[in-house]
Amino acid sequence: MPARPFFKVVTGNALIDGDVVYLDATDAWTRNLSAAHVFTNADIANDALTHANARSHEVVGCYLADVQVTATGIAPNHFREDFRRRGPSNYAHGKQAAAKGSPHVSL
Amino acid sequence: MYRYDDFDHAFLAERNRQFRAQVERRIDGSLTEDEFKPLRLMNGLYLQLHAYMLRVAIPYGSLNPGQMRALAGIADRWDKGYGHFTTRQNIQYNWPRLTDVPDMLDALAKVGLHAIQTSGNTIRNVTSDHFAGAAAEEIADPRPYAELIRQWSTDHPEFQFLPRKFKVAVTGSEIDRAVTRAHDIGLRMVRKHGAVGFEVIVGGGLGRTPMIGKVLRDFLPVADLLPYLEAVVSTYNLLGRRDNKYKARIKITVHENGIERISELVEARFAELRPEFDAAETVLQLARISAMFAGPQLQQADTAAFDAARRADPVFRAWADTNLHAHRDSAHAIVTISLKAHGATPGDATSDQMRAIADLAEAYSYGEIRISHEQNVILPHVHRADLPALHAVLRDHGLATANAGLLSDIIACPGMDYCALATARSIPVAQEIATHFEALKLEHEIGPLKIKISGCINACGHHHVGHIGILGLDRAGVESYQITLGGDGSEDATLGDRTGPGFAYDQIVPAIERILRAYLALRSEASETFLSTYKRVGLAPFKAALYEQEQADAA
Repeated sequence: MPARPFFKVVTGNALIDGDVVYLDATDAWTRNLSAAHVFTNADIANDALTHANARSHEVVGCYLADVQVTATGIAPNHFREDFRRRGPSNYAHGKQAAAKGSPHVSL
Repeated sequence: MYRYDDFDHAFLAERNRQFRAQVERRIDGSLTEDEFKPLRLMNGLYLQLHAYMLRVAIPYGSLNPGQMRALAGIADRWDKGYGHFTTRQNIQYNWPRLTDVPDMLDALAKVGLHAIQTSGNTIRNVTSDHFAGAAAEEIADPRPYAELIRQWSTDHPEFQFLPRKFKVAVTGSEIDRAVTRAHDIGLRMVRKHGAVGFEVIVGGGLGRTPMIGKVLRDFLPVADLLPYLEAVVSTYNLLGRRDNKYKARIKITVHENGIERISELVEARFAELRPEFDAAETVLQLARISAMFAGPQLQQADTAAFDAARRADPVFRAWADTNLHAHRDSAHAIVTISLKAHGATPGDATSDQMRAIADLAEAYSYGEIRISHEQNVILPHVHRADLPALHAVLRDHGLATANAGLLSDIIACPGMDYCALATARSIPVAQEIATHFEALKLEHEIGPLKIKISGCINACGHHHVGHIGILGLDRAGVESYQITLGGDGSEDATLGDRTGPGFAYDQIVPAIERILRAYLALRSEASETFLSTYKRVGLAPFKAALYEQEQADAA
């Protein structure tokens, strides 16, 4: 069986408001999965995770999440990551309410 | 209700001052997350999927109107205008910012509320019967004892780092509305030779290894309550496993050592501890607390207005027939305000609803409010003549759903819509079951039924003791729902039986419908409840309805 392709993003929660954030290509935090940097090399991804975890004044609990790169953009592999990306299903709160606005945030 | 004295106020103020400094030190980098996490957990602050979550204790489920208004104000000022009442008589705010939490805690302290020990491996919020002080069949109000236990357990230096969390429930009634047999310690009030004491039940719990608690002492005199509890918890503190989180609860300690061995150790420790406690002082303190819980002077008035409204208004009648419970005074009723409007999130109340409830409690319930572990609000002392006016106001606020104890009165944990531990969603399953059966107009036909939904094996939704329990799991990256039948959280506590393989998210509502249509066909008469029918006929016919029908549909 061929090895599954390595597509991962670095994700965690912002320290102050707890919102889900992703590391982007400029090493800044974005709140939109679509703007995240997709790592395709395990060593580079693990290095990025180590650096991300060192930024504990900005974020909490970073880890690598599996994604797929599709024609329409980056999609989570697991439904848990899909909820993190979208927000709760009972109210249009969280990212659904904040869908408008700059993807880049200062933490 | 318990009234804080100067000591209590000073204690909370100091604790909040400490936490404010801890938050500041986390933000300025003096504390790492690893250092900060146990500190925030001790103050009820979790980091969940989308945001922080602040869990505030509602001690033994009792609130006064000022406290309810403060909860509403906090929801408006620092959250999103609502709160979520939980299965452990807490309220959770789902969207606080870390920097706002110290101000939220100060606002809570002003009305004598706090979030201390609502998380962490400590003795948690002591829960109780939500009809305490009002129910007709009650021996005595359990809340003074629950308050005594709260004072003893809060910041107890020996019990801040237990092997695992520790939950105590107290009931003063023969009818167990506090699920005492599914708690680390359950205290069931009993009378012996005219004296009030407690049957002490230990080692119950739900979660991944559900167990019904065992009786450790059949009669504990009230004066010995604190040294005995201290003996149980200190025995567990030494003996409980710290090598495996999943074997760390006292239910496993009891299971592995046997109730006889635990009893020997507890009694030996109790003999040591008892002289260190001043039993006379405990009795005095209990008397002081009990005086604060003295029930209101119930007004006597004619109840004709209730009878007339019940005859004239079918909507009022439906509500009165489901949402009222017998009060110890026949001219009064205990009112359940349903937080389960069909399609709403179980346990959620908007700030406007909270304020309306506070106003109603002042107008009609002598200023008393209770929160039930079933995620509803209770007005414990309403004169029957006031019920039509109360019902009209509830209707204006979307709070008059006539479903207490029925199919749509569903317990559901927050599940994967909020909780970082969840393996599947709970809330939308509850919403869809409620709206589906509302559309079929079958709820009243089906009658008394407790559906309980958990979004993971930790069982915050008490699914093991649901007449129908639903457990959401992650099966190979897909939400899957296991069903249990015949569970019971009452004085006849029973764990439900698993039916078999789970159901996909879009198949769980049809599965529940097959179970309930089978029940309607199987019951001996309309008055035979789902649970009674299940006990009579067993799992087999339900299993057949669930799986054979599914195969027929697939064929």
